[in-house]
Amino acid sequence: MDFGQTAELLARIQFAFTVSFHFIFPAFSIGTASYLAVLNALWLWKRDPAYLKLFEYWKTIFAVTFGMGVVSGIVMSYQFGTNWAVFSDKAGAVVGPLMGYEVLTAFFLEAGFLGIALFGRKRVGDGLHMVAVAMVAIGTLISATWITSANSWMQTPAGFSINDDGIFIPEDWWAIIFNPSFPYRVTHTVLAAFLTTAFAVGAVGAWHLLKDRSNRQARIMFSMAMWMAAIVTPIQIFVGDQHGLNTLEHQPAKIAAMEGHFESHPDGAPLILFGIPNEAAERMDYALEIPKLSSLILKHDLNAPLQGLKDFPPDARPPVLIPFFAFRVMVGLGFLMLGIGLWSLWARWRKSLYTNGWLHRAALAMGPSGFVAVLAGWYTTEVGRQPYTVYGFLRTSESLSPVDAPAVGTSLVAFVVVYFLVFGAGVFYLFRLFRRPPILDEDHELDRGPHRAAGINPGPAQEDTIRAGGETDAV
Amino acid sequence: MPFDLPTVWAGIIAFAVLAYVILDGFDLGVGILFPLFPKRHDRDVMTNSIAPVWDGNETWLVLGGGGLMAVFPVVYATVLPALYMPIIVMLLGLVFRGVAFEFRWRTQRGSIWWDVGFFVGSTLAALMQGIALGALVQGIRIADRSYAGGWWDWLSPFSILTGLAVTVGYALLGATWLNLKTSGEIQARARRIAMVAGGATLVLIGVVSLWSPFINEIYFERWFRWPTAFFSAFVPTLLAACAFALWHGLTTDKHLQPFLAALGLFVLSFAGLGISFYPYMVPGALTIAESAAPESSLAFLLVGAAVLVPTILAYTGYAYWVFRGKIDPEEGYH
Repeated sequence: MDFGQTAELLARIQFAFTVSFHFIFPAFSIGTASYLAVLNALWLWKRDPAYLKLFEYWKTIFAVTFGMGVVSGIVMSYQFGTNWAVFSDKAGAVVGPLMGYEVLTAFFLEAGFLGIALFGRKRVGDGLHMVAVAMVAIGTLISATWITSANSWMQTPAGFSINDDGIFIPEDWWAIIFNPSFPYRVTHTVLAAFLTTAFAVGAVGAWHLLKDRSNRQARIMFSMAMWMAAIVTPIQIFVGDQHGLNTLEHQPAKIAAMEGHFESHPDGAPLILFGIPNEAAERMDYALEIPKLSSLILKHDLNAPLQGLKDFPPDARPPVLIPFFAFRVMVGLGFLMLGIGLWSLWARWRKSLYTNGWLHRAALAMGPSGFVAVLAGWYTTEVGRQPYTVYGFLRTSESLSPVDAPAVGTSLVAFVVVYFLVFGAGVFYLFRLFRRPPILDEDHELDRGPHRAAGINPGPAQEDTIRAGGETDAV
Repeated sequence: MPFDLPTVWAGIIAFAVLAYVILDGFDLGVGILFPLFPKRHDRDVMTNSIAPVWDGNETWLVLGGGGLMAVFPVVYATVLPALYMPIIVMLLGLVFRGVAFEFRWRTQRGSIWWDVGFFVGSTLAALMQGIALGALVQGIRIADRSYAGGWWDWLSPFSILTGLAVTVGYALLGATWLNLKTSGEIQARARRIAMVAGGATLVLIGVVSLWSPFINEIYFERWFRWPTAFFSAFVPTLLAACAFALWHGLTTDKHLQPFLAALGLFVLSFAGLGISFYPYMVPGALTIAESAAPESSLAFLLVGAAVLVPTILAYTGYAYWVFRGKIDPEEGYH
């Protein structure tokens, strides 16, 4: 099964496919873990059962998402070796330790405390349970930090030398970890994860408010989500702008592809709002432009010169189509998010936050926006890194394992079938969980879950009154 | 045996792999035993017994993989392409079983399918790990820092035998774990299964041990020439002691002893493999010294590992301690 394609293209599709699926789950679980920590802290502080209910409600959703993130992540940690062996051999000494630290500082922390955070409240008491919840949240953030550092190093490599065998030798770990694009990328990525969760939570809250606007738990989650939208979106747009300036400095060809600039513009580049990249003819078809605006955005100067793709040798240019469109999808969604945030502030001021049906419908429609924006941003930056794996130093075509196209094609088909089956079912179950109304003192059959391990002999019995649900659901 | 950075790292990677094998071994084993416990209630208790810890157990696999890439990149870059198919099938198996934990609670009608997925995923993962081990023992063709063999090199009667051995061994670990964590009828059945699986495991260990010296001259030298032949007497003696402890524990209604004895069988078999492999990472092809990453990588990661691995062991131990004791079979169902 090689579909008439090269092993390289099939391996790239396989990596893009598996990493896209994988990225969706952490993008959600990073934000959800922090949200759970906040909810649990609010419960301990105010002893308001609404927060406990919300904690239990999102806990179940987190558990399903986290499980999918773990299993899709294990695949990633082996995919470098199966399909990208030459990359692993050459860059493993640099990228590997960063991922090693991710496992040692983050994965074990999350996994070690997850069981206690999910099922151990009555066994360890509120205090230690809070510690466990916080550890899981901190673990997800540490994990994001290391893996973005590794990814940033591939984008803007620093702190290394290359020996006679073409192996990357780490020389300065500080320079490797804090490579030029890392501070921008990690901030942009973590905020994106927070926004993804905020809009998902907001949509669930909005859905339940549309059903019953007096539901207090739905009100709380909607309000919290809208605060996030109103506060974090402007910060994210600012950080994104800074990230763009950083990219212009270190990867100008990527910016040219994102902007759709084939020609260079020595005295002010236009902002191409829309167009169809015609890579064969090296021009934008049907371009709709605003003169000089691109230079203003990227250089803060109307007449500043900007390089076009033609300034780069053809074998060092990234493809244009995907970065150009994906970037517009991400930015467009970002501004829609900002719109929701501002609208919510207006509604809050007018005291109609919980009664404005159109705001709720809009928030519901924006539920998936974070996921789409995260993937679009990811495609922009990763496709924009081409044709390199380690930017400027190791080509993608020279990173591949000695694999035959049929082997890669067959495993690609297997991944596609299994992922759609498994994660399709997972998303279906998530929607079922979203549909449960967050009502106090009412058990729902779907709250039933693994009630791990209450002991007969040791420890205090694990009778979690809120978790409930399963007790009434005889099987 | 020199105490340089590469050797220390080979030890840490070996430890991570061993930790993975014995920890995920028992929870994969629980999945392998699913068909022998057809009642939904029994299966709930079985998954409850491993639910709080399986995720941590599987993280050792990520450490083994990620760590190998960091400190022995060329091994990672040659072994994984060589074992392409078993690795991919193992990963897909792990996907199925990992999600089944949560998914089987999220549906009434579909629950049985996730139980099937849990069994098939666990069994495939175990089988493929064993096959990968056998293929590695047989050796991998490497030329110029990359894999030079074919796509079916991993498949042989020997690798199928090791696949079977690991699967049965995991089933033994799972059965003794259930003997430890459950009570009543489930425990009684687990004990009966452990007797059979224990016998089968010992037979398979024996066959693999007798076969492997004839696969490669190195192993023969190692096991039948003095002074290393010392181990050829030592390891089997300890194995026999573990086998007795297992049999004794199971027949006298001990709960913890059979599990520890089964762990002992794995640790000893693993030690035997270590004796066969040393000083190679990939037998006959790559030694520890020649496949190690640059010293700056080894040192950088070792600083963290020296602090973090003991910390991880401490809080992992704490998590096990929190969920100690028998599973209440009635919980959640009255």
